Amino acid sequence: MSGLALQNVVKEFGSFRAVNNVELTVPHGTFVCMLGPSGCGKTTLLRMIAGLDLPTGGAIRLDGEDITRVPTHKRNLGMVFQSLALFPHLTVGENIAYPLRIRKAPKEDQKRRVEELLSMIHLAGYADRPVSKLSGGQRQRVAIARALAISPKLFLLDEPLSALDAKLREAMQVELRQLQQQLGITTIVVTHDQREAMTMADTVVVMNGGEIRQAASPIEIYRRPADSFVADFIGQTNLIEAEADTQGQVSVLGQPVPGLALPAGAAKATLSIRPEDVHLTAPVAGAISGTVTFVRDLGGTIETFVDVAGRQIVAVSTPRQRPDVTVGQQVGVALTPDVCVVLRK
Amino acid sequence: MRREPPQTVGDYAPLLFPAAMLTIFFVVPFGTMIAVSFFQRQQGGFYTPAFVFDNYGRFLSAFFGSVLGFSLMMAVAVAICCVVLALPFTYMLTRMARSVQVVWLVALLSVLSLSEVIIGFAWSTLFSRTAGITNILVALGLMGEAKALTPSFAAVLTGMVYQAFPYTVLVLFPALVRLDPTLTEAARTLGASPLKAFFTVVVPALRNTIVATLIMVFIFALGSYLLPQLLGRPQHWTLSVLITDQAIYQSNMPFAAAMAVFLVLVTLGLVALTVIAGRKGEAA
Ligand SMILES: Nc1ncnc2c1ncn2[C@@H]1O[C@H](COP(=O)(O)OP(=O)(O)O)[C@@H](O)[C@H]1O
Ligand SMILES: [Mg+2]
Repeated sequence: MSGLALQNVVKEFGSFRAVNNVELTVPHGTFVCMLGPSGCGKTTLLRMIAGLDLPTGGAIRLDGEDITRVPTHKRNLGMVFQSLALFPHLTVGENIAYPLRIRKAPKEDQKRRVEELLSMIHLAGYADRPVSKLSGGQRQRVAIARALAISPKLFLLDEPLSALDAKLREAMQVELRQLQQQLGITTIVVTHDQREAMTMADTVVVMNGGEIRQAASPIEIYRRPADSFVADFIGQTNLIEAEADTQGQVSVLGQPVPGLALPAGAAKATLSIRPEDVHLTAPVAGAISGTVTFVRDLGGTIETFVDVAGRQIVAVSTPRQRPDVTVGQQVGVALTPDVCVVLRK
Repeated sequence: MRREPPQTVGDYAPLLFPAAMLTIFFVVPFGTMIAVSFFQRQQGGFYTPAFVFDNYGRFLSAFFGSVLGFSLMMAVAVAICCVVLALPFTYMLTRMARSVQVVWLVALLSVLSLSEVIIGFAWSTLFSRTAGITNILVALGLMGEAKALTPSFAAVLTGMVYQAFPYTVLVLFPALVRLDPTLTEAARTLGASPLKAFFTVVVPALRNTIVATLIMVFIFALGSYLLPQLLGRPQHWTLSVLITDQAIYQSNMPFAAAMAVFLVLVTLGLVALTVIAGRKGEAA
């Protein structure tokens, strides 16, 4: 199979397991974002793919070949570090040419490739500048160009945009995605920013505690989170307990929700309901109802906090569908089975 | 914080202490030495104030010229050996666990506490025929019979490198610790073997530190006057040995002073050349 495959990869530091039994296949040409809170093992996993750390167990395959123990410099990859790691003693052009120089490419080829890459990253004419004279965004681009100089088999980036300010970061996300699609290169980006992951990825891999919790397309992750961690980590959600009686009738917050089914045999489960799927109505007998505790009007969206029997539920709406409610008012909360995602745990 | 330029004479007060120290411990002795270097020598060990160039004139002979040349060559050799050995050593040291680093640094500091005399006698024993390291080689069957390795140029070089090595490591250590370890990792992901990464990234990125360290060890080695006598033949004696000999045993202070002044001038000239060459390299 062409692409990258992680098979049961484990990494231990002493008795601490930083990466636990990771299984993942990345088909050739896809863009994968590894997403998770700080310390969940993303960098460690990326470093093992790069060969900078050796896995304690498991195997890493690239295009069918076992590369678990192949030294980094023989893997033909491009990597962008969180610190960028541009060589301070070299100019922009020399930095980009470094992988070509190491491979003893002819001088003219190096020069041509550097110019090609510089125009690709919109820095044509910058070849002779020292890297210290560049702005943050420009250094970012140089690091990307250097990693792509040999047209690597794998393009790895560790939180590449975290040092940029918010505006520039969003622009670079789009640019990076367009670049990847244009080159068709297999790319893995580590990030802790879910917006970034949703913007760029074909596949989002959500990690926590050294394990993969879910790997799927951004919309699938958002619409069908596998568990409460994923549901909570990606966007905002309401996590609510559901109970089934002996006939299989499911009730939520004390009120039956017809048409909703829990996994066979389960008496209890957690539901994830996105705030934009929660609709507020006038109080109706026999439906869930609660008291409005706070209204946060952000202009573009309006968040309404409702207290239902001690549980807080958030509803989000657009200004056009502004619910006509005030704090302290009794409201009904309409839940339909299609908006309730039953979580694995 | 904004720094105001000094307004009154009182604002210069903080400079007084360092200025006084510099005057008492550097300007006065060095000035005295320069003055003495022009004095007239009296038979019987004393000198009378004068302004003659005899001392410098005597110095400009083939003999002293060759001693000066040998001293400079020796100091350069020591500086290069020290940096070539200490750079990879320190690089590896900075990548070890903190506890290992502490053990090594303490060991190196304890070498620093040894005096030149002890180092000299220790190495002359190690290089001797009767109790030296060649006996180990004989015991291992690698050598036919034990032999003396001293006095020789190699023995002097070894002793001086041993003495200067801890300084070299201590000077290189902070720069190597500060060097971003992801630089070498980046070089490896870009296709450089660890060895190639060391030579294409670590060494060039530390160019200025390396040049400064070479100069420091060079000057340090120029001042060594006991080791050449303990481990070398008279032809391995450096200018520092001759200066000591003139000053202490021949009681010829004016001539010793003249040689010392000349050594200082040549050293300053060489250091200036190195720095200028370094600047040029930087600009290119
Ligand atoms: N060299 C190391 N030695 C010991 N523990 C480490 C080492 N590298 C990482 N860890 C630990 O492994 C865990 C995962 O780290 P990392 O992969 O850097 O997380 P992330 O990149 O997701 O923030 C962290 O708890 C970290 O403390
Ligand atoms: Mg990280």
